Amino acid sequence: MKFKSVLSGVLLAFGFGTVAFAADVKVGFVYVGPVGDYGWTYEHNEGRLAVEEHFGDRVETIYQESVAYGADAERVINTMAMQGADLIFTTSFGYMDPTLSAAKKFPNVKFEHATGFKLADNVSTYSGRFYEGRAIQGHIAGKMTKTNKIGYIGSYPIPEVVRGINSAYLHAKKVNPDVEFNIIWIYTWFDPAKEADAAKALIDQGADVILQHTDSTAPQAAAQQAGNVISFGQASDMADYKPFPRVSSIIDDWAPYYIARTQAVLDGTWESTATWDGIGPGMVSIGEITDAVPADVKAEALAMRDAIADGSYHPFTGPIKKQDGSDWLAAGETADDGTLLGMKFYVEGITGKIPE
Amino acid sequence: MFGLLLGDFSSAFGAIKLIFWDPLFDENFASYARPQLLVKAGPIILIAIGLSIGFKAGIWNIGAEGQYILGAIFGASVALSLYPQESVLIFPAMILAGAFGGFIWALIPALLKVYFKTNEILVSLMLVYVAENILASVSQGLLRNPEGMGLPGSRNLKDYPSAHNSEIIANSGMHWGVLTAILAVILAYFLFLKHQKGFEIKIAGEAPKAAFFAGINPSKTIIFCMGMSGLLAGMAGLFEVAGPAGQITMSFNSGYGFTAIIVAFLGRLNPWGILLAGLLMALTYIGGEIAQLMLGLPGASIQLLQGMLLFFLLATDILTNYRFKSRSS
Repeated sequence: MKFKSVLSGVLLAFGFGTVAFAADVKVGFVYVGPVGDYGWTYEHNEGRLAVEEHFGDRVETIYQESVAYGADAERVINTMAMQGADLIFTTSFGYMDPTLSAAKKFPNVKFEHATGFKLADNVSTYSGRFYEGRAIQGHIAGKMTKTNKIGYIGSYPIPEVVRGINSAYLHAKKVNPDVEFNIIWIYTWFDPAKEADAAKALIDQGADVILQHTDSTAPQAAAQQAGNVISFGQASDMADYKPFPRVSSIIDDWAPYYIARTQAVLDGTWESTATWDGIGPGMVSIGEITDAVPADVKAEALAMRDAIADGSYHPFTGPIKKQDGSDWLAAGETADDGTLLGMKFYVEGITGKIPE
Repeated sequence: MFGLLLGDFSSAFGAIKLIFWDPLFDENFASYARPQLLVKAGPIILIAIGLSIGFKAGIWNIGAEGQYILGAIFGASVALSLYPQESVLIFPAMILAGAFGGFIWALIPALLKVYFKTNEILVSLMLVYVAENILASVSQGLLRNPEGMGLPGSRNLKDYPSAHNSEIIANSGMHWGVLTAILAVILAYFLFLKHQKGFEIKIAGEAPKAAFFAGINPSKTIIFCMGMSGLLAGMAGLFEVAGPAGQITMSFNSGYGFTAIIVAFLGRLNPWGILLAGLLMALTYIGGEIAQLMLGLPGASIQLLQGMLLFFLLATDILTNYRFKSRSS
């Protein structure tokens, strides 16, 4: 009797296992961290949920979290394509080559690679101009630091992260010539333990502002514990730490882009493009600046945000020198996208070297 | 698994079917998933065979992950320094370099143990972190792709025919690393069945004193066991970087060196057992991904399943060998 009921369960399961429902378009998402990181991957998943809500039954989404770079990534992307995904978003830098290689095998599937630079007929790239948000962070940090020491937790020394450091430093320095940046590289996007250790080390060295380019909220918690340290939400609002230590944040908003690209596939108008949008188009937004920030500083920060949004101010406007003292931008000159995308130098004044 | 907890039997069976059945037999998945099983299991089995040799002798190499990384770096360095010349000798040279890289990395804890009585568990484990930092350094410096816009990561060896560890039969998943893993299983089987060295290792593990009095040199056993496991782990790293992974990147290592420890014990340190355990482990990874995609399960649920699988297998082991007995009797 027992055996029979187990058997019927198995048969039932086999029946259910093969049920598939039909949607017009299937969209896949490959994530580098868990959707519960409350940072980078969390926001991409919010974008996915927005796609589901916007299109309802017309679109089905699938996803895979914590996918390692390299062979695992390629297998996951291939599996998604074979399951009939029409559009696949690979949401981390390290998925570049696996995405390109899968795109070769599946010419009818559209691929979108976040933060990369290699395009193909069926591969687009997209990213946010996060350095615009970093400028505002730098301004607030420079104004608010009392020890004049700002701690920065870097993930990997890739142009994306170096650009953020440079942008934050330039704007902190502008309002506080005595400011110093202390940078720790931890070589991971998501590792709460390592992130917390880095934050604590920076605080021990006297930093009273923590900037992070990693995905978990562990540095926020470390800042909270220290008591007199401020921090900024990264990739996501990290609102749990409001109003203090988290005084503001850079929020990545992928939803409009994901909806637009899915629509393009539905309409048959999808084309390979390289998108790099900032505060203006809304891909990057600045989370609430809390009352822990003095009112005049808050007003200046908001004015800078608006100036960046309407294009009247570029965070990399000369005169700017490189770390080695050589000229980079002349007075009034703004940085071109090519240099920014491949940025592998610090600006003048930052101590230490980019690890080689 | 979650279904079981909730009493929803049909969805639990659905998930189990997706993990253990579909990758092998479902028409939608099998043609791709079967070769991928070999690709995933190959390096794990190769490393686990090496580790099992040491484990049998009571020599605990926990740092296969580091030896795997060094093997990949050494092997890839050979290819990258010869780029773009083409020659049939390049790939064999890479294999030798990869094996050598893993070998010397394992030799460090071995020699320290022999000459200074250090604990090989600690030293080999610590050297994993050293290896990871070397990996980070070379992927941004020495081995960085000069055409990569300053971004970390080497050239992709898939685009370099002489260095590419390609599939021996197209779309079979059978690359040179998988073939080597199978050969290693067979050789390890004969090592323990026929060869004197295998016998010595077993004695050293089961009765160290007897081994000593029988004239088996413990230092030589340590160096042989550590060296062999490092050598195989290094080769696994080379085959992975030249094949499925393609390039040296900062996050090239994906925990195979640690997974192999589990696989070695799951296979009861028996070469054929390791072969099966490696394939089973690979199945839970590949099937787990399919289940995640089809059912929208969180990634952690697959790790939970893997953990439960190992837990119950090991518990079975204890319960078949021992029985509960009340103290008073």
